[in-house]
Amino acid sequence: MNLHEYQSKRLFADYGIPVPQGVPAESADDAVQAAGKLGGDLWVVKAQVHAGGRGKAGGVKLARSADDVRQFAEEMLGKQLVTHQSGPDGLPVNIVYVEAGSDIDRELYLSMLVDREVNKVSFIASAAGGMDIEKVAAETPEQIFSVAVSPAAGLQSYQARQLAFGLGLDKTQARQFADLISRLYRLYIEKDASLVEVNPLIVTKAGDVIALDAKINIEDNALFRHKDLLGLRDTSQEDPTEREAAEHDLNYVSLDGDIACMVNGAGLAMATMDLIKLHGGEPANFLDVGGGATSERVAAAFKLILSNEKVRAILVNIFGGIVRCDLIAEGIIDAVKEVGVSVPVIARLEGTNVEKGRRLLAESGLDIISATDLTDAAKKAVAASGS
Amino acid sequence: MSILVDSSSKIVCQGITGNQGSFHTEQCIEYGSNVVAGVTPNRGGEEHLGVPVFNTMRDAVAATDADVSMIYVPAPFAADAILEAADSGVGLIVCITEGIPVLDMVRVKAAIADSDCRLIGPNCPGIITPDECKIGIMPGFIHRKGRIGVVSRSGTLTYEAVYQTTQNELGQSTCVGIGGDPVRGMNFIDCLALFQADPETDGIVMVGEIGGTDEEAAAEFMQSEVTKPVVAYIAGVTAPPGKRMGHAGAIIAGGKGTAEDKFRALDKAGAATVRSPAELGSKMFELLSS
Repeated sequence: MNLHEYQSKRLFADYGIPVPQGVPAESADDAVQAAGKLGGDLWVVKAQVHAGGRGKAGGVKLARSADDVRQFAEEMLGKQLVTHQSGPDGLPVNIVYVEAGSDIDRELYLSMLVDREVNKVSFIASAAGGMDIEKVAAETPEQIFSVAVSPAAGLQSYQARQLAFGLGLDKTQARQFADLISRLYRLYIEKDASLVEVNPLIVTKAGDVIALDAKINIEDNALFRHKDLLGLRDTSQEDPTEREAAEHDLNYVSLDGDIACMVNGAGLAMATMDLIKLHGGEPANFLDVGGGATSERVAAAFKLILSNEKVRAILVNIFGGIVRCDLIAEGIIDAVKEVGVSVPVIARLEGTNVEKGRRLLAESGLDIISATDLTDAAKKAVAASGS
Repeated sequence: MSILVDSSSKIVCQGITGNQGSFHTEQCIEYGSNVVAGVTPNRGGEEHLGVPVFNTMRDAVAATDADVSMIYVPAPFAADAILEAADSGVGLIVCITEGIPVLDMVRVKAAIADSDCRLIGPNCPGIITPDECKIGIMPGFIHRKGRIGVVSRSGTLTYEAVYQTTQNELGQSTCVGIGGDPVRGMNFIDCLALFQADPETDGIVMVGEIGGTDEEAAAEFMQSEVTKPVVAYIAGVTAPPGKRMGHAGAIIAGGKGTAEDKFRALDKAGAATVRSPAELGSKMFELLSS
């Protein structure tokens, strides 16, 4: 689950991590009022969307007057913001965050995630803040500093020093930085974060270390123990099809092609997409119906697939382990009858009760193309899609 | 021969009285696995599926001398179950449970680092030595005793590899599903080392997927330590970056973990890579026939 910047900063503040003063606003009037409440003569109006790259996309504006604040809020609210991370349609801006302006001396980069190579929570820091960190890592890796935290011992002072010296902080700043990252570590662990990113972390002209941006992702698998965070979910930022899939316990990811797939198991689902591509087609989606697929789930999956108008063929690929092929076949038949599938369906069944499943499909009287193996299935799907 | 488990393995099931635990343990017993006990707190003294149920792993191991634990405990309690298994002295822990929070596994990995036990999973189909011992949720009937070691991050793709090596009459020595989570127990390298040392394993099928760099590490290991033929496939060539593809660990992040990088590393290491998952069995057959 991704949090907005204003939500992340509220959590930062709860943990005593220094952030600029700010107020979220849902209308231009509210934004102007927020600026008045914050005082001063410099504000930043920031579009709240679940995507990075807002600055370049016009989603972060410096305002020097109340009129500026109103104008920027009006320009952003109710619009789709397209950034290099948002997808071509962009994401809706329903909230802007109005923040007191900061006097920036230096911009740094700081993030935390689980480093899969060492199986530990790691900090990554760079003096090249405000930049695309992947580019920095690729082009000037010597500018990236990282430390991995032992889950038993916790974050150590020497690790904070390693990062602080790497960032070129002075003694006072280093002390502030050490305090800040120890609070971040506590937040990361206590809230089951999967990512915390502060880009930029700034040093102000007065010499203070402040989180100017904040991005927190919470791990979905851990949400059962964070009921307090559930209210922070903003479904307007999620792909509607993917969201609906999740409600049916289906794993779905939209892609650009025209051959839909319905598969049991994540690995086989990816492999099926790859096979379609290998044989000259383009997959329309990733869809894992899971190990315990029921006929209801199969029907829900068909409806999801067909909600994508680009789909010109459906490839069903099931390796029945725990799932019985005859149950899947019944699900396919019910779904095709109920939903009224207008594009060719190619089915490849293998595994438990496969003979019975194939017989059910053959005797159903429905136009379902049966495939004998993986390659056959992919070829038939590509041919049926006309691509 | 085989790796890790055989007909002498004595299995205790943690979570045996739950839905999943009951269903799959029954299947394992039917396959011929030697399940000797179950553990469910507060159900000690009962009998379930014909085996005694204990309150704690220590009790179960003391009474039955079990050496393998198979875990179906729900995700919120699974990390605790793994640590209890490690504490009980079993040598192998197979955790099937899906959806364990990553930070729980970070703690578990650190806590069991110093112990002698091995962990398979979580979020995996388990391990099977055909005709001897099935520990997990895989369909037993597609397996056939034979010469190929199978190691995979994906459940259904493991079945695919098994099915194809059975069709090609090669059969399997042991199949290990190491799981789809980013932080897990045994890895490709651990399994490659065991298969390399196993006299009954003539070839290895390795199935990876996008996310992380374990396949690259395996490729490096292969170059110096594995002399047996390896057929490798990576799922997710068409997966878009930044999107989680079903498995918690299947995500291309920060430009790392792409299928192409992994294919390249494996090619360089001399593995026989296949671009189609339909060629896992035929490729291995070809390598072993030449």
